[in-house]
Amino acid sequence: MTALAKNEVAAPVLNVERIRRDFPILQERIRGKELVYLDNAATTQKPLTVLYALQHYYAAENANIHRGVHLLSQQTTFAYERARGRIGQFLNAAESSEIIFVRGTTEGINLVAQSYGRHNIKEGDEIVVSQMEHHSNIVPWQVLCREKGAVLKVAPISVEGDFLLDEYEKLLSDRTKIVAIAHASNALGTINPVKEIAALAHAHGAVVLVDGAQGVPHMPVDVRDIDCDFYAFSGHKLFAPTGSGALYGKREILEAMPPWETGGGMIQRVSFEAGTTYADVPTRFEAGTPNIAGGIGLAAAIDYVNSIGRAEIAAYEDDLLRYATDLLSDIDGVRLIGTTRNKVGVISFVMDAAHPHDIGTILDSEGIAVRAGHHCAQPLMSFYQVPATVRASLAFYNTRAEMDALAAGIRKVQEVFG
Amino acid sequence: MSELRELYQEIILDHNKNPRNFGKLEGANRTQEGFNPLCGDHLHVHLIVEGGRIEGISFEGSGCAISKASASLMTAALKGKEVGEAEELFENFHAMVMADVAEPVDEEKVGKMAIFAGVREFPMRVKCATLAWHTMKAALADADAPVSTE
Repeated sequence: MTALAKNEVAAPVLNVERIRRDFPILQERIRGKELVYLDNAATTQKPLTVLYALQHYYAAENANIHRGVHLLSQQTTFAYERARGRIGQFLNAAESSEIIFVRGTTEGINLVAQSYGRHNIKEGDEIVVSQMEHHSNIVPWQVLCREKGAVLKVAPISVEGDFLLDEYEKLLSDRTKIVAIAHASNALGTINPVKEIAALAHAHGAVVLVDGAQGVPHMPVDVRDIDCDFYAFSGHKLFAPTGSGALYGKREILEAMPPWETGGGMIQRVSFEAGTTYADVPTRFEAGTPNIAGGIGLAAAIDYVNSIGRAEIAAYEDDLLRYATDLLSDIDGVRLIGTTRNKVGVISFVMDAAHPHDIGTILDSEGIAVRAGHHCAQPLMSFYQVPATVRASLAFYNTRAEMDALAAGIRKVQEVFG
Repeated sequence: MSELRELYQEIILDHNKNPRNFGKLEGANRTQEGFNPLCGDHLHVHLIVEGGRIEGISFEGSGCAISKASASLMTAALKGKEVGEAEELFENFHAMVMADVAEPVDEEKVGKMAIFAGVREFPMRVKCATLAWHTMKAALADADAPVSTE
């Protein structure tokens, strides 16, 4: 038997029909049509296991965590900390104390900017982001730079939407203190070479934050292999409830960071006379009652994703992306934005015949949910000189038949707009 | 599909493709900028207001079919109108697109703009239809800040 070269191995076939039955919303009808949900980069649908976890928590376990002497509180504390451990394993963190619960990627990035950033950034320092960042990985750094008199540098991309490592390297110097880059672009799908980006940043003494919002739902993530200092992601883009998410930080860096939000839970001792001391990592960064149900739901979502397999998900989505890209490339008057080979399942496009907003409305009338707009990436839209794009973003529950429906919907746009 | 045809009527598609009074306006004494940050629509409305009357009107910019057609039809409807009449038409048009779908459209009040009644089926698109109108109203008031529908 001849061994197949790696790239000749057939894409693993997921049992998508069975998977789809795990997502009740995919059985819903929209405007009388079967729902074709292609807005997964905005938020993903939730499997029954996550919904059951939430229901079970509130129906049978609800209590506040920490310092409760009663059994429910102990059980809830255990479940919440177990969820932290699950997230740590999922990212391959060295220990679960490196995981801070946040309400999403945005809060994770703001935590780093406000705590690490305000503590370490000085006038004349530089922070590097890329042209393709989401606003949530731009604005916190702009605010920090304005406050500190630091400078925000923008690493350029190619017209295909690839991160330009060589150009990025030219921006680095001993003034560079933070590099903040998306693992994958929400508007283009481009997967960035975060491991190489981190190595180059570290060679100049900068810390690296990876915005993992579009990374974790689509591929295996190993923060120690990437060697990033921070990695933030949102639960709701990973089949978990809204308001859940996590920030990974290397322990020695977190330990040196001051608190961000303050109040109950994050203290060691509070005294009017002796002053207040703060809790250890990660509790120091978790003031107030957290989103307990969200954390438990996030762990359930991680278990669900693991049961399918992240490598299998990546391979399946890549096959689907290729299929859809070929279909759309064959339609005259459709221009794809972001054409690199190395992408997660995001297809951004514009059409000669119609504005993205009109395309979105017509696709909606066919039951197809896409996003039309700037995708919170206005600097990227400026780069491509388009006001907006239509974005179809995939998850492992999408099918080739749905890609066919998308292509048919686009032809309908052409019919309407002649 | 019928809602869709109601939204994208021939007149709207025609004005989207061939917008009337499109471009700069020689001698304009009022100019206002309008944005719809949600979808990136961006336009300018130019006016010549003399003796309480809109003697000239044009618009320029980019946007979806609904916003462009609405702007185009607005310029056609308002040319030569008194300022008070323009403001009244704004109010009537605004009331129509914000009204419940079941509400009958009073064509006497809104004239040709009645064809935009279809946006009531698509609440996310109401801002597209009203952007040019809000911008025009701000231009009449000679407001300083750009208009944003957000």
